[in-house]
Amino acid sequence: MEMIYSVMENILPFSWVEYTFMKNALIAILLAAPLFGLVGTMIVNNKMSFFSDAMGHCALTGIAIGVMLGIENYAVSMLAFAILFAIGIASIIESDVSSSDTIIGVFSSAGIAVGIVILSANGGFSKYSGYLVGDILSITKNEILLLAIIFLVVISVWIFSFNKLMLASLNADMAKSKRINVKLYKNLFAVLIALIVTVSIKWVGMLIINSLLVLPAAAAKNIVKSMRAYHIVSVLFSLFSGICGLVLSYYIGTSAGATIVLISSIIFFGTFFVNRFYNLN
Amino acid sequence: MSKCHCSVKIKNLRVKRGGNIILDNVTLTANHGETLALIGKNGAGKTTFLKAILGGVDYSGTIGFFDSNGVKIPNPKIGYVPQRLGFDKNTPITVLDFLCANLTNFPVWFGHKSKQRKKALEILERVGAQNHINKSIGRLSGGELQRVLLASALEPRPDILILDEPVSAVDRKGTSTFYSIIESMREEYHMPIILVSHDLGHVVKYANSYALINHTVLEIDKAENLSKSHKVQEIFGMDLTGGDKIWK
Repeated sequence: MEMIYSVMENILPFSWVEYTFMKNALIAILLAAPLFGLVGTMIVNNKMSFFSDAMGHCALTGIAIGVMLGIENYAVSMLAFAILFAIGIASIIESDVSSSDTIIGVFSSAGIAVGIVILSANGGFSKYSGYLVGDILSITKNEILLLAIIFLVVISVWIFSFNKLMLASLNADMAKSKRINVKLYKNLFAVLIALIVTVSIKWVGMLIINSLLVLPAAAAKNIVKSMRAYHIVSVLFSLFSGICGLVLSYYIGTSAGATIVLISSIIFFGTFFVNRFYNLN
Repeated sequence: MSKCHCSVKIKNLRVKRGGNIILDNVTLTANHGETLALIGKNGAGKTTFLKAILGGVDYSGTIGFFDSNGVKIPNPKIGYVPQRLGFDKNTPITVLDFLCANLTNFPVWFGHKSKQRKKALEILERVGAQNHINKSIGRLSGGELQRVLLASALEPRPDILILDEPVSAVDRKGTSTFYSIIESMREEYHMPIILVSHDLGHVVKYANSYALINHTVLEIDKAENLSKSHKVQEIFGMDLTGGDKIWK
């Protein structure tokens, strides 16, 4: 870690590099932004943005359960709970009882309600309100390490299973005819989203985590036509808005997460009009 | 040349869902080089039947695949052309991305190896769609997309080809192109084909035999006898003797 710090201090000609919290925040963004960009492509294609939003809400219940059980590190209970929730939602959708947006909506509301009820009963919710907006400058070394592990997991899944994930999402019956275990891949993807959302929620915040996942890919989709371009552009947009948002928020003293989302939104509208104007795709 | 015995034999198939029996006592055989059309009203269980073959629903009874010597194939390859894909028009997946995802595990977002590209081109040539290789799938016409799906279903060479209302979103010209490719593929590959269609005109024109389904098999006969069938007339509720128009 110290090595990375000194490299950053040497190559970055900015005054904020002297603050450890800024260096940590930048490392976190360099790890998380590509993940948001990559996974976002599939979330947007599968029309799952509501699902990733629900994962953010469920994280609150995870925290609450952690508090109840007296677990020091909420990340553990959040992760366990989010994975359970993700697979639960995916299985209920699979069973075809009700439409998926209804099911996700129910889980999402229940997740946030249970969280708030438990946390507010334990002597005031304000202690946990940080999770709503998040604070990227509060990220610790251990959290960066956890993020790095998730980074490796997601990249490996994306390298080894992407084609099957894509086919399973295009048409489940067709994927089954090619002997792809559709249920397995759908669950795997749901778990990936759960992982990314829970490790990021503390410093991104529940209210905007979903924007970071969805916006770069949605913007990229406006101007590309192949999978390769989609991924490259999405990751670049994500990195660009992440880095610019962080630096900008330092100088104008705003919330980093929200600033990043604002830049992503501007990029989205820009690409949207480029698409309209040139009639792309 | 000895007689080819490749076929798909379905015996006493029964599918239940939530207490309802959707299919019961379905016994059918699709033979070598034959197009068997499944006809029936909406909700008669045609889609469930296909899902049973594809492995999407639990069933009792047997579905057996047999090769040219009449020996059972343990892990049959199934070619399946769906009615539609269910993606939105702007999805950035090119025809090449789509085919390569089926051909290899090398992630398509990384790019394509030239070997894969060549293979994809070869596959597309079979259905006359090689010019569309770099187009995104949302930009293809209904007929073009179905031909691409067919190309993908034919690789690797399947033991059975299943077509689920393949031309419901295709114009008349595209339809006849699609079926003429199916016919030449059937001659070349000799595989059994199961076609689900609600268009009885297509069935008479392009299938060899038909099976009328309403939760069970009501009738199996040669396609040319379809227009004389009383049972078909009963189910579809139309005057088949005088109704030339629907037969095109």
